[in-house]
Amino acid sequence: MIKIIITLVLTTISITAQADLRIFACEPEWAALATEIGPKKVKAYSATNARQDPHYIQARPSLIAKVRKADLVICSGAQLEIGWLPVLLQKANNRNVMPGSPGYLEASSVVERFDATADVDRAKGDIHPLGNPHVQTNPHNIVVIATALAKRMSELDNANAETYQAGLDDFLDRWQAAMEKWEQRAVPLRGKRVITHHKSWVYLERWLELIEVANLEAIPGLPPTAGHISNLVSRFESNGADFIIRAPYQDKRASLWLSERTGIPAVELPLTVGGTEGATDLFSLFDEIVGILLGASQ
Amino acid sequence: MSIKKVQLLCALAFVFSNNAWSHSSDTESLRAAIDELRTDYETRITALEKRLVAAEQNSRSAPDASAPAPTLRGDGAASAFNPAIGVIFQGQAWNYAGSPDEDYFVPGFPFGGEAGLIDEGFAIAESEINISANVDDKFTAWLTVPVVVEDGEAGVEVEEAWIETTALPAGLSARFGRFFSGVGYLNDKHAHSWDFADQPLPYQAFLGDQYLDDGVQIRWIAPTDLYIEAGAEVFRGSRYPAAGAARSGAGADSIFLNIGADAGNDSSWLAGVSHLRAQSVDRSSGSADEPLLFSGDTDTTIAQLVWKWAPNGNWKQRNLVLQTEWLWRSESGFYALPDSSPFAYKSDQSGWYLQATYQPMPRWRYGARIDALSMDNIAGFFAGSSLASPVDDPMRYSLMADWSNSEFSRLRLQFTRDEAASRHQNQWGLQYILSIGAHGGHSF
Repeated sequence: MIKIIITLVLTTISITAQADLRIFACEPEWAALATEIGPKKVKAYSATNARQDPHYIQARPSLIAKVRKADLVICSGAQLEIGWLPVLLQKANNRNVMPGSPGYLEASSVVERFDATADVDRAKGDIHPLGNPHVQTNPHNIVVIATALAKRMSELDNANAETYQAGLDDFLDRWQAAMEKWEQRAVPLRGKRVITHHKSWVYLERWLELIEVANLEAIPGLPPTAGHISNLVSRFESNGADFIIRAPYQDKRASLWLSERTGIPAVELPLTVGGTEGATDLFSLFDEIVGILLGASQ
Repeated sequence: MSIKKVQLLCALAFVFSNNAWSHSSDTESLRAAIDELRTDYETRITALEKRLVAAEQNSRSAPDASAPAPTLRGDGAASAFNPAIGVIFQGQAWNYAGSPDEDYFVPGFPFGGEAGLIDEGFAIAESEINISANVDDKFTAWLTVPVVVEDGEAGVEVEEAWIETTALPAGLSARFGRFFSGVGYLNDKHAHSWDFADQPLPYQAFLGDQYLDDGVQIRWIAPTDLYIEAGAEVFRGSRYPAAGAARSGAGADSIFLNIGADAGNDSSWLAGVSHLRAQSVDRSSGSADEPLLFSGDTDTTIAQLVWKWAPNGNWKQRNLVLQTEWLWRSESGFYALPDSSPFAYKSDQSGWYLQATYQPMPRWRYGARIDALSMDNIAGFFAGSSLASPVDDPMRYSLMADWSNSEFSRLRLQFTRDEAASRHQNQWGLQYILSIGAHGGHSF
């Protein structure tokens, strides 16, 4: 009997070893990126979807089960997932993906993060001392993160290292071409003044040379207050701004209310893959972002 | 150090700290300039905007270059400070109509451990200090030190002090030290994460609020898409419902099994069963002045189901939690009543609660809970004592509303209609729960 059990366990382990590289991504953009790099060798799972606020996710049993089986955990990091990822890692008992091991990668740790601060007074709201974690909104960041991710995937699954390198090269070629296209299309957006719900778009703003003039949240992470929004109305009634931007998971009422009273168009921009019906992968994500902004600026 | 030197240092510090901001004021004046010129000089605007973007880039790269933060690979957890330190502040004010709380007892269920009515009037409840960190690449450690006020005197206790492995293979982990047992759903939840100010009746009656003891826990997670967690524990057996560190200091043990999954995008659930087996030697319960002493075996079985719902899983906006647990306890042994020799005692008791909490919009939550106990009749010679079976099943009905300004602060109002105690009464409570410093996420 014991022999049978041991054989069964060993078979299970060897089957697991030969299977695809299992990637647990905290956000859809990283699952999409892993799939771009190793479309045939990777089984990527995203813990969240584009209509969920990644700051506030329950450490659900299903997520613990996924982390338990993962070979690689990739997350935005910079404390974006601090409310749930540490719990998943603690509960899942998977030593291969603990922070510090090759199976754990924080996407934002390989790019330059904006607004890092030592001033962590919580009276100022939901502060990320390590910097703004929403790094995926600048496609130049995606280049750096893709390279780091492909390297990590090769490390973990050495047998397929060449495949991942080829996948990365192919992706970067297509990505460079796409970036040139986006940047050309987006020229008319330069210098446009934007009001954003949350500070989710600082990297996009840098890329497209947009100017962020205000946030709907008076204090980062706390819901917009009526007082703050009516201040914004008086500030922007005459002065104007070009867009009010919110992510699909943010309550639309504040931006619509401000839009009605100031005439500034409010847009829902996909913050990640799946944020609009058209944003089915990373390429169409940026097609959509640029397209929606251009459409609203006419 | 002379005062002048201090002033000089302060001035220097001010100058240096202001330096970092000079770029951003550049940015603002450029913005103002752009606003003025926009209507008249389209061409000049383009040039200015280019300069603005350049200035913004400078202002952003300046703090980046000086601050070490971007180079920190803040891997995952609260690594900004080592160890991570957090303090939870809890305080409440209760009003009990009718009987004073000294009289409070539930017939048939003398409470032990931490269970019982919260003191009437204003009081700070446990304010706890949590300290945690990875020890090295193979261990992590946790310490909870509550500051408690009892009979007007403050004291420091060690509530939890455990280490846990982080590098065992095959989905295993082991925990050693003093910790809340993994039985049931609510048992290992810290008081600051409860949805009501107090524990439901079966937890108070059967686990002394929460079973906490010194011991070892082994946990295993199955490598399956369905969440399956199995665990076993051995404890010293020195705390309610165990007592006296029987069996050479291994007086209690437990097993638990939890399964869970998602049901679509909106819902997820967790179900579990567990069993706690303990031996008690002179376990005290009931009135503090004249405690009842129990010696014998006590077995508790718990089944639980938790269902959480949020539209499309976007928890921040709206959510609903339904939660129920059923507890069964059988005890056999001897009770020593005050001023008498031990009586043989055997009982089968059970209890349950059902609660719902609903968050209709960010910040506001409302909850309702029913909790109840019941027991078989026990031998007549306990008649008139607090061990006698109650005439009606003890029951309570509670309502609560709470408001959270942020994830770090919560204010709560709770009303309880208590039909469990010897005298029925209405109870009103106000509570605050605030947290500063590091505060890890909550488990499901």
